[in-house]
Amino acid sequence: MSNRLINWFKFASPATFYPLAGKMIPLFWTLAAAFGAVGLWLSFFVAPTDATQGEGYRIIFIHVPTSWMSMFIYMVMAGWAAMGLSLNARLSSMMAQALAPTGALMAFLSLWTGAFWGKPMWGTWWVWDARLTSELILFFLYLGFMALQASIDDPRRADKAGAIVALVGVVNVPIIYFSVKWWNTLHQGASVSINKSPAMVTTMLWGMLLMALCLWMYSIAMALTRVRAIILERESHTDWVKQLNEVKA
Amino acid sequence: MLSAHGLTCVRGDRRLFAQLDLGVSPGEWLHVRGENGAGKTSLLRLLAGLSQPAEGEIRWCGQPIKASDSTYRQNLLFFGHHGALKEDLTALENLGFSAAMDGATFAEAEALKALYQFGLKGREELPVRVLSAGQKRRVMLARLALRKAPLWVLDEPFTALDVKAVDLLSRLITDHVAGGGMAVLTSHQTMPIPGGRVVQL
Amino acid sequence: MNALLAVMRRDLLMVMRRKSEVLTALFFFVIVSSLFPLGIGPEPVLLRKIAPGVLWVGALLATMLGLQRMFAADHADGTLEQMAISPTPLVVLVLGKVLAHWLVSGLPLVLIAPVLGLQFDLDTEALGVLMLALLLGTPLLSLIGAIGAALTLGVRGGGVLLSLLVLPLYVPALIFGAGAVESHISGLGAGGHLSLLAALLTLAAFFAPWAATAALRIALE
Repeated sequence: MSNRLINWFKFASPATFYPLAGKMIPLFWTLAAAFGAVGLWLSFFVAPTDATQGEGYRIIFIHVPTSWMSMFIYMVMAGWAAMGLSLNARLSSMMAQALAPTGALMAFLSLWTGAFWGKPMWGTWWVWDARLTSELILFFLYLGFMALQASIDDPRRADKAGAIVALVGVVNVPIIYFSVKWWNTLHQGASVSINKSPAMVTTMLWGMLLMALCLWMYSIAMALTRVRAIILERESHTDWVKQLNEVKA
Repeated sequence: MLSAHGLTCVRGDRRLFAQLDLGVSPGEWLHVRGENGAGKTSLLRLLAGLSQPAEGEIRWCGQPIKASDSTYRQNLLFFGHHGALKEDLTALENLGFSAAMDGATFAEAEALKALYQFGLKGREELPVRVLSAGQKRRVMLARLALRKAPLWVLDEPFTALDVKAVDLLSRLITDHVAGGGMAVLTSHQTMPIPGGRVVQL
Repeated sequence: MNALLAVMRRDLLMVMRRKSEVLTALFFFVIVSSLFPLGIGPEPVLLRKIAPGVLWVGALLATMLGLQRMFAADHADGTLEQMAISPTPLVVLVLGKVLAHWLVSGLPLVLIAPVLGLQFDLDTEALGVLMLALLLGTPLLSLIGAIGAALTLGVRGGGVLLSLLVLPLYVPALIFGAGAVESHISGLGAGGHLSLLAALLTLAAFFAPWAATAALRIALE
């Protein structure tokens, strides 16, 4: 290669991105495993027992990272979708489509871990606090995106329609969060709040950060795997796909 | 004045046509021919600006037509497969609404004259729902006559027309083209309109 | 402007010729609101407490019932296509349709809400706040709903999919709208909630028609 600069736009084509993604996936799985191992060890063995909440609080090391990831993935998904819409780039839209199920999973895990935290602590499976409620609505936004794309047969129309949903969602997420927080502060009935997390010790913060990184690497690995499957499905009529070993077999 | 270069149309994962060039100048009309599924309707919808081509460009008077280009749309009259009539409104009301959308002033007397000319006398106050298929198409003819647009893009305009109406429409198009207008049509029938080039898909 | 009024007049004319559409949403609102006391019990203190929420959820669901037909009929008979290629910007025509939809589906709810509020033993001032909140909120619901209706045009499973898309977006309107009446009842004053609702309405009035127009063009490709 005489030209040292990488032409990034070369990878905007599904044909060139497919092998690149294939090479990157093992790297991200490794990173996810590494971060996860250290993170879990920190969370469950190193971080001190909480004075008021005992050992049960440790679920925060799953709950908080999954919440962060669910919101982060939504932003990234909306970004890819916007790029796909404005630049008419198929691959960008495929990335958005690939990210959605992982984001939805993160939101779902966040809701479940929130419930598991609430039950032993306050005796209820569900707490209507602002963050959990917003998380629930974010979960519905993910489901809406996925359902819309699944219902539209024409892939290009599905891409563009999904992009509009994602963009409208991104604008509304802050509004929804604000309104739910407002609602929550006015109805001070239950004073339980998952916001009342234990005072943060450095090891706890590290634990959450490492778990977040682990989930981030996992999400990238999953998204890349999924986007390869989407590429194969949508480009199945092209020559380069028909030439692939995994397709010829 | 209407030109297209390198048009490629993809529907789903089928490539209907690729690198198509065409052009229409005042006083000309194009007859788009092809088998069912060849992409005639898709081509016309591209020309109308309803869909975007996978590749290629369409220009009106040298300017590319973009989705929000109202200059092109002021000069365009497009009829697709559907009748584009509201069934619950009368023929007259439908024409009035079309005029409002086109930004034209609606002269009721002129509209009535057009409707009578196409054999709808006595039916202009009835909801379109009770008209026959052929009569509904005749309302479309009235709109063609009323709206003074230079470019006509018509998809299967002769469908459901009886012999007399075919004659009326052919004469409309002939006069339009002779007067410096342009037209792009699809039709399975041979049309009794002089001149015209064929675009085969 | 002329075109916007023409679209509104056309839509209203068509609804006048098929009056059942106006009444469906209205009856749904009335029936749903009446179901809650039957399910919960007739105790006046309790009813007064749940009234704002119940009436707002009823209004939300009633509006949603009518969303599908905003663009579906025009899409089916080809008039939507004609609107997309008319010299008038599509956004103007969409705004006209949204306004017509509100006049048919939203405004009747505002007008009948006081009657339903009496069923829940709300006092006159609270009824006034309720009407004002609904007056600000129902156009907001029509605007946001237009985006969902445009996105799901001609799509399988349209109705349920539309609900899934639109209901999360309705949450702020519900919170501020019901909250306005509740704050008034509890003596805190509805000003804050109503201003927020008005702000949301302004925001939606600017952005929703564009989003809906983009979605329509995608559906028409």
